[in-house]
Parts: sequence; C-alpha cells; structure tokens
Amino acid sequence: MTWGAAFDLLLAAGLVWSAWRTLATRRLDRAIVLFIAFGLLMALAWARLSAPDIGLAEAAIGAGLTGALLLDAYGALTGRREDGS
Amino acid sequence: MKRLAVVTAALAFTVALIAAMLELETSPIDLRGPVAAQLAASGVDHPVTAVLLNYRGYDTLLEIAVLLLGVLVILAVGVDRPAARTEQPDPLLETLVRLALPLMVVVAVYLLWAGAFRPGGAFQAGAVLAAAAVLRHLAGLQAGWAAPGLRLRLGLVAGFVVFLAVAAALLPQGALLQYPPAQAGMLILVIEAALTVSLGLILAGLFLFLSP
Repeated sequence: MTWGAAFDLLLAAGLVWSAWRTLATRRLDRAIVLFIAFGLLMALAWARLSAPDIGLAEAAIGAGLTGALLLDAYGALTGRREDGS
Repeated sequence: MKRLAVVTAALAFTVALIAAMLELETSPIDLRGPVAAQLAASGVDHPVTAVLLNYRGYDTLLEIAVLLLGVLVILAVGVDRPAARTEQPDPLLETLVRLALPLMVVVAVYLLWAGAFRPGGAFQAGAVLAAAAVLRHLAGLQAGWAAPGLRLRLGLVAGFVVFLAVAAALLPQGALLQYPPAQAGMLILVIEAALTVSLGLILAGLFLFLSP
C-alpha cells in the first residue's frame, strides 16, 4: 500500500468519524466546531480527488462562512437564553 | 433488537450502494477532449473557469441571479433583528482581524486573477471577501447593515447587471454569451471582477442584513 492510499483511507475514516461525531454529540458548540473540522477534511478530500476548485469553494464557503454563521447563531441563542432566565 | 435491525439494514444498504458504484460503467460521454480542444478559443487557460464562464456561462448567469434573489427576499421579508449586543469586543480578536483583513482582500484579488490559469475564480474570491466582512462584524468593527444605501445596492446587483449587459451586447452575434475569441479573456475578467464584488456583498449580506 502506498503512502497516498494510506492517507486517503485515513482521510475517509476521519470524514465519516467527524460526520458521526457532529451528529451524535450532545453539546451544540462542540457539534459546530466538529462541523468546521468536517468541512476542512472535505476540502482536503476534494483536493485529493484532483478537484482543487471545489476544494477551495468548500474551504471558503462550507468551513469558513457557514462555520462563522453557525457560531454566531450559537452565540445569539445562548445570549438570549441567559437574558430570559 | 430494533436498533440491531436498523443498523443491519443500513449496513446492507451501504454494501449495496458500494456494489452499485463498482458496477457503474465509465461515463459514455467524455467531455474532457472537447473542453481541451476549445480551450485556446475560450480566453482562459484553466478548464474549470472556461466551463463556468464561457461554455456554460448561462448557468453561472442564473446562479448569480438566484443568489441576488435570495438577498432580495431577505430584504423584502425584513426579518426581526436581535437587539445589539452590549459586551465589549475582545481586543485580541480586534487586533487579529485588523491584521488579517488586508491579507484577505489581497487573497481575494489573487484568487480572482488566478482563476484564468489555475484553480480560483470569482466564487472563491467572493467567498473570501464575504468572510472578511463577517469577520469584521464579529470583531465589533462594523455594525450590521440596517438598510442598504445606494452604493450597497449598486454593489449587490453589479455582477448580475454586468453579466446581463455583456450577454445583451453579444446577442446580435447569434448565440447567447458566445464571446468572440479575441476579446473573450478581457470579457471574462470584467464579468468575474463584477461577480466577485457582488458575491462578496451578497454572501456577507445574508449575514449582515440579519444581525444588529
């Protein structure tokens, strides 16, 4: 087995694992951070599939922008909860 | 027992999917040859940009129209904006953002320029610009956009309008968005520059029109 194939297998396992942890974890903040990590691994996977264009878009939109949106939404949600109680 | 049945069914489905994927024959239509053959006449050296902005320019025109429509709907519906947060922004975050912002703008312009001959292009550049605006907002350096002024409105529609204008100007030649090979590179760069500005503002607007 070459190093490339070993890296691909590791990457695939990491993708499935981070996707599963994102859905299964109970804490919302942890799920968001795991989602960002999933997006970055996904960008890496696109680059490995010789599609660097999609990898760039995934890193910028999927991991960067969506991650910021989710984190801000989480901040707004917790802020509101503290105000209410 | 029920969980075991579900897991078994999911595993069986996964195996079936993998088997089906291995059964698939390679696509009977191979477009790599035609794309490479016409690359010289497309005005750019990168096949992905050639497909997005030249061969299938119509798709990209509709994409920017859909994104613009999304932002217009947000403005039309007028979602309730949460009250402004009172906490002080983190000075460390603020300094970091001040350092990162110029770099992000440079990266966006580089991605736009690089799109002609290597991976990059208007969408990625626009996303980086939007991320810069969102970062600036999160660091407390910029308030949300309450109501878009004239300049912001012009920026939002610039990409779509420039794209439509080029399409309309080239219409007498026969087909929609068929660039003459000599001017194709210049036209694509003009469209991509306008698209970058608009995409950055639209993607940032999805965020900033809804926050305090």
